[in-house]
Parts: sequence; structure tokens; C-alpha cells
Amino acid sequence: MKIFIGGLKAVAQTVANCQPQVISAYPITPQTHVVEELAKLKSAGKLTAEYIRAESEFSAASIVLGAAATGVRTYTATSSQGLLLMTEVLFNIAGMRLPVVMTCANRSVSAPINIWNDQQDSLTVRDAGWQFWYAENNQEACDLHVQAFKVAESTQLPVIVNLDGFVLTHLTEEVDIPEAAKIKRFLPAYRPVEFLNPQKPQTFGPLVGPADYFEIRQELHEDLIKSQKNTLQVGREFKKVFGRAGNTLIDGYKLADAQIVLVSFGSVIGTMREVVDELRAKGVKVGILKIITYRPFPTELIIKALAKAKIIAVVEKDISLGGQGILATDLKAHAGQKLKAPISSFVVGLGGRDVTKETIKKIIKLAPKATTTAVTFVG
Amino acid sequence: MKYKLTCQPGSSLQQLTGNWRNQYPEIDHEKCIGCQKCIWVCPEGICFLTGRKNKAGKIFAEKDLAYCKGCGICARECPVKAITMAKEAKNSNK
Repeated sequence: MKIFIGGLKAVAQTVANCQPQVISAYPITPQTHVVEELAKLKSAGKLTAEYIRAESEFSAASIVLGAAATGVRTYTATSSQGLLLMTEVLFNIAGMRLPVVMTCANRSVSAPINIWNDQQDSLTVRDAGWQFWYAENNQEACDLHVQAFKVAESTQLPVIVNLDGFVLTHLTEEVDIPEAAKIKRFLPAYRPVEFLNPQKPQTFGPLVGPADYFEIRQELHEDLIKSQKNTLQVGREFKKVFGRAGNTLIDGYKLADAQIVLVSFGSVIGTMREVVDELRAKGVKVGILKIITYRPFPTELIIKALAKAKIIAVVEKDISLGGQGILATDLKAHAGQKLKAPISSFVVGLGGRDVTKETIKKIIKLAPKATTTAVTFVG
Repeated sequence: MKYKLTCQPGSSLQQLTGNWRNQYPEIDHEKCIGCQKCIWVCPEGICFLTGRKNKAGKIFAEKDLAYCKGCGICARECPVKAITMAKEAKNSNK
């Protein structure tokens, strides 16, 4: 049933319906509503999970790490500086193959201090071994969380579900919150392969020397790549149970005959769809490639989707300072050799600067003549 | 997952760390006064009292080279200079 609800409130109710056993988080704008709502559900007796208040994001991440190691379903949420404070633990969670699910309310990174939306926080830790998923709207954000638990637990790889701070987190819109009964059918109880047990003590995260570390890291990388199949399978199962599209790694909009293709992720896709419709009505052949799963990078699907493009413009709210846009860099590295079209990097929306239809139109106008060796800022 | 990432208790018995060092302590049993300072300061806990007495009647200390990383804190802190660091020949490159 569709209800009119705030983004993070909807995410919190979805997470509660997934019945995690341990939740730990530290509040930070614009993530606060999600932990607030979960704490309210707990105090009202509507949530069976242990809810552990932490004194920092480092602690919150460490608590869910420890809890996950005991073999229970775990959840945390953060944003911006909080995510960066978790960095060390993020690598540990992935390295120990613990299926933690996290929400990141995407926000810029200091300095200067800024609480508004861009995607710098999440992409700064993209090498930590987690799966990085991005939602375009709040319905997708809720749906991705349900799938995240299933994929994380079946691949032993943690998932970060990203949604744009304020643009989505504080947006009230219609959402069909995945019901507990349907989730029960879709998401089996978590059965860990190994877990901490006082009767049978063992060590998680021991010292590993040069003789084995290399292969263990290689396996983590290869399992991440392989997890794409699992995500697609879980996405198909989701569609069967809930009737909405699941995680398809990428999604195209009017790509079939598109000459100029905008590549992006997150909520800005919504604005792009309107621009594409407007320009299509005037005969301009524009299309959109939306990235849902950023890590592992869906190289094969992207190459197929962009094969016919004449001009590729990557639009993103982040930058590898001193380099180019992070998605643009990734796209060039993974697919550039296989694509004929020039790939240019456009950075927009840093620190909550509005990305309007005019911004997108400007990029489409600039794209045919834009440089491919440096970043273009469109503020 | 091919690799098992957890390990059973007792792994320290298999993972000796003595080959990390490039110098090792030599303890002069006759000089030792059994004050136990080396035992307190050793970060690896490899110094111990032997229970045996030297000519002066002091219970003297000894070291466990299976885990000694050769930091030399014991030699630096010994109040009677009974400990000296010697160059490790065999394990110097490990």
C-alpha cells in the first residue's frame, strides 16, 4: 500500500521489516531520521532488534562488526564525516566477510563544513570491499535495502545503500513500504557459515602474513565481481515477490538510439529523465545510463549499454581532487578502450548546489566539444 | 569462499615471531640480580625467572627466543647491565 512518507522514515520502517537483530548508529545530518525512527520503533516495542547507542561512528561500525561476527543480521547508517570516521572498520567488515547492511545519506565532506548533498562521502571509500548501491528515489531506496540483506548474507559481502541527503532523505513522497510478510517470503533467516561461539572459540581477523594475504585479497575482489550475478538473481526474485524492478546493476532510459548519453547515479537521474523527454520532443537524441551498483563495477553491462553512443557525458556530484570525476575515471578505466565515443567528465552539485534541468541542458550542449582529459565544472 | 578466514585457539603456538628480529638479548646470569625489570618492560613477555640461583644467590632471568622480536628494551632498562644485544646471524633477513 502506498503511503505519503519521508524518505528516511520509509527506509527505517523497511529495515525494521527486515528484522535485523542488532542495530547500532550515531546520528549525523542528514542521516538522523533513520536512527530516530528505528529508536522510536524500538521504544514502542515494534522492533525486536538490540538497539545500541554508540558514542561515535567508529564505535557504531565496530559494534555491528562484532555483532555480525556472532552470526546475526546487523544494520547501521551514517553520512559524510561519519562514514569517513568508519573507514578503518569498513575495510575490516569487508575483509572479515561480514554481511553488514548500511544506509549512507550522501553528504559533502569538510572542509569547508557543509551538511548538504553530494556523493563525495561514499565514493571516497569505494575501495573498502563493500558493494555500493545508489537509489534514484525513495521507493528504490526501500527496495534496495530489502535486496541488500539478501545479497550481503548470501555472498558474505557487506552492502552500502546510498540515497542523496535532503534531496531524498528529507523528501516526503509516495512509497510502498515492503511489507514484513512479503519480506519473510523473500528474505530467509540469516544462516552464518562461521560465527563467534564461546563453546567453540575462534579468532576473526587474525594476523596473516605475505604467504596468504595476497590470495585472500584477490579472492575478496573476485567474489565482489562474482556477486553481480547474485545481485541480478536477487533482483529478479524481488520483482517476482514485490512486482517492482529489482537491482539490475544499471538501467537505461531511451538508450536504444541515443547519440548523447548521460551517465550518472542517484536522485539527479530523475531531473535528467525530464530533460531527456523535453529534448526528445524537439528531436534531440539523448539518453541516460543510470548506475545502480557502483561497486562491483558492472563493466560488461555498461559496455553493452554504451556501444552505440556517439558522445558520453558523465555527470556526478563528486571529484577525485587533482584528477577527474570519480565515476568518469572508473568508466574510462573499465570501459574506455571498448567504447568509440569520447567520455567527458562533468562535476555538478557539490555541497548541495542545485542541479536543475538547466544544468543538465547546459551539459548536453557542452558535451560534444568538452575536453576528455580534464574535468568540466558546471555550477 | 576458498579461504577460511577464522582460526582456532592456539595459533600463537604455531606462529613463532622470533624470526622477525635482527638482534637478540644475551643475559649474564652471574650479573643478574633477579629484579624482574626485564620481565615488566618486555612488550612480548618473553623474559622470565628461571627459578635457579647464581653464585651470588640471586634467582636469575632468561629469555624465550621463539617469540623475542629483538627490540632491546630489556638491555636498555637492566639496572646492572646484565643484558647485552647480540647481532642475529641466521634470521637477519627474515
